[in-house]
Amino acid sequence: MKILVCISHVPDTTSKINFTEGDTKFDTSGVQFVINPNDEFGLTRAMWFKEKQGATVHVVNVGGAETEPTLRKALAIGADEAIRVNTPATDGYSVAKQLANVVKEGGYDLVIGGRESIDYNGGMVPGMVAKMIDANFVNTCISLEIEGDSATAIREIDGGKETISTKLPLVVGGQKGLVEESDLRIPNMRGIMQARSKPLHVKEPIDANAETNTKAFEKPAPKGAVKLVDNVDELIDLLHNEAKVI
Amino acid sequence: MSVLVYTESEDGSFKKIAHEAVSYAKGIADAMGTSVTAVSVNGGDASELGKYGASKVLEVSNDKLNNFNAEAYADVLAQAANAEGAKVVVLTSSANSKFMAPLVAVNLEAGYVPNVTELPSSTSPFTVKHSVFTNKAFSNTEINTEIKVLGLGKNAYGIKENETSATTEAFSPSLSEDDFSTEVVSVDKATDKVTIADAEIVVSAGRGMKGPENWGMIEELAETLGAATACSKPVSDMGWRPHSEHVGQTGKPVASNLYIAIGISGAIQHLAGINASKTKVVINNDPEAPFFKAADYGIVGDAFEIVPQLVEKLKEFKAQNN
Repeated sequence: MKILVCISHVPDTTSKINFTEGDTKFDTSGVQFVINPNDEFGLTRAMWFKEKQGATVHVVNVGGAETEPTLRKALAIGADEAIRVNTPATDGYSVAKQLANVVKEGGYDLVIGGRESIDYNGGMVPGMVAKMIDANFVNTCISLEIEGDSATAIREIDGGKETISTKLPLVVGGQKGLVEESDLRIPNMRGIMQARSKPLHVKEPIDANAETNTKAFEKPAPKGAVKLVDNVDELIDLLHNEAKVI
Repeated sequence: MSVLVYTESEDGSFKKIAHEAVSYAKGIADAMGTSVTAVSVNGGDASELGKYGASKVLEVSNDKLNNFNAEAYADVLAQAANAEGAKVVVLTSSANSKFMAPLVAVNLEAGYVPNVTELPSSTSPFTVKHSVFTNKAFSNTEINTEIKVLGLGKNAYGIKENETSATTEAFSPSLSEDDFSTEVVSVDKATDKVTIADAEIVVSAGRGMKGPENWGMIEELAETLGAATACSKPVSDMGWRPHSEHVGQTGKPVASNLYIAIGISGAIQHLAGINASKTKVVINNDPEAPFFKAADYGIVGDAFEIVPQLVEKLKEFKAQNN
């Protein structure tokens, strides 16, 4: 089984969110970048398929050279090879187009992405890739088992979960549950050393125009200070008469 | 042309988010000088959608669609959009909407923007505001394609009545075997509980509760308010509460009208998940807890004293106000 894990290179959750160039660009200065958490759950599940079922695991990112440390980290965690499509990630659609091309050329059976990236929260790339390559698709996936070309997945739905049976080729939008937080791996020294000599292919992009473009970012209006109250009567009164939520 | 809107239903009646989605679609239709067509799959009483501005309801009735199937539903929506010549397709932020929207978008060669928070600021070029960076910022994004797919952020627009007389029409999409290559084997859903996704009020508790045996008061508070229960990440990691209750960056997002956090310090990852809630209340015995900076109202004190008092007083309040 050939698995491709799509990795977004995103600001660490504790990053300050600021914008530059007239509020049109995310300000990366002083920002630490990490593997998108939802993707990391998927990558860790892919490691399980590699170790238990002999799968080959490749990771891919669409982005400039600055994203390579994030791909190297994925290699240090245990992926066999990495691919970087050498073009900026402009919108979900154009990224999906690039990825669909990588999947077609590489002949992958299973593609795992995160249900969304924690930066732009688009949540569209895995679904778009699936549609573009005519593969089956399961989103918000919290459990995945593969046997031959059959897949059993559990998907989180509003207020519960459902079990889905489907076939490879399959694209999954994964999240916590695919593996638990405690299963995530911190690369060890051996992994980091090995990652240096693993292949990281730089692939030139195909033509793919963005369908959407950001005109301007803005930040929410600053929040007023918290109103501290002494007793529950006062709280109920404020919630009823001021906030009007009860 | 017309604005097409997907109206989600459950057990034969429309969900509140369907009403909100129609309200929002009506706002766009007014700005574009056109009307709203709703698509209902094995749904509720279609005339109900007229109340929020739908002029026409395409009713799909098909037993094969009793379970949600993203591929098939996306096909239904794309075929309806083509039949209506729709230029804008509105979905929501429900799990099902987010599952099918990218498929609809590729199908219609349409640009897709999720988590939309307002009506478009301009319809030509089509520019719409949506939340990014887990509600820590907004982006004003232009969609360049002829057809646009929008996912309305939860609780972002509200339900607005706009009495319109709705005509209904049966719609029979052509579906193939390929549409059903993923199959739902079983559904596991608590039917008696308010879900975090649907709740207007969420009561959430953290490590300050000291152990799972103390959740009785949290559940009682939730029940009194008709609220959903939720928890912080450490609580779900320790197995005190199910994962499905974990809210935050890697858990569920919450966009309720009222979010009550009890014994949760307010780690940045937790706050990211609940930012979109309108009113936030914090009860914590540590006045330095970071959550107080993000809250609207707070009580510094022991949850084990305050929560039972709150339950008692709320019951009195409910008795007087109902």
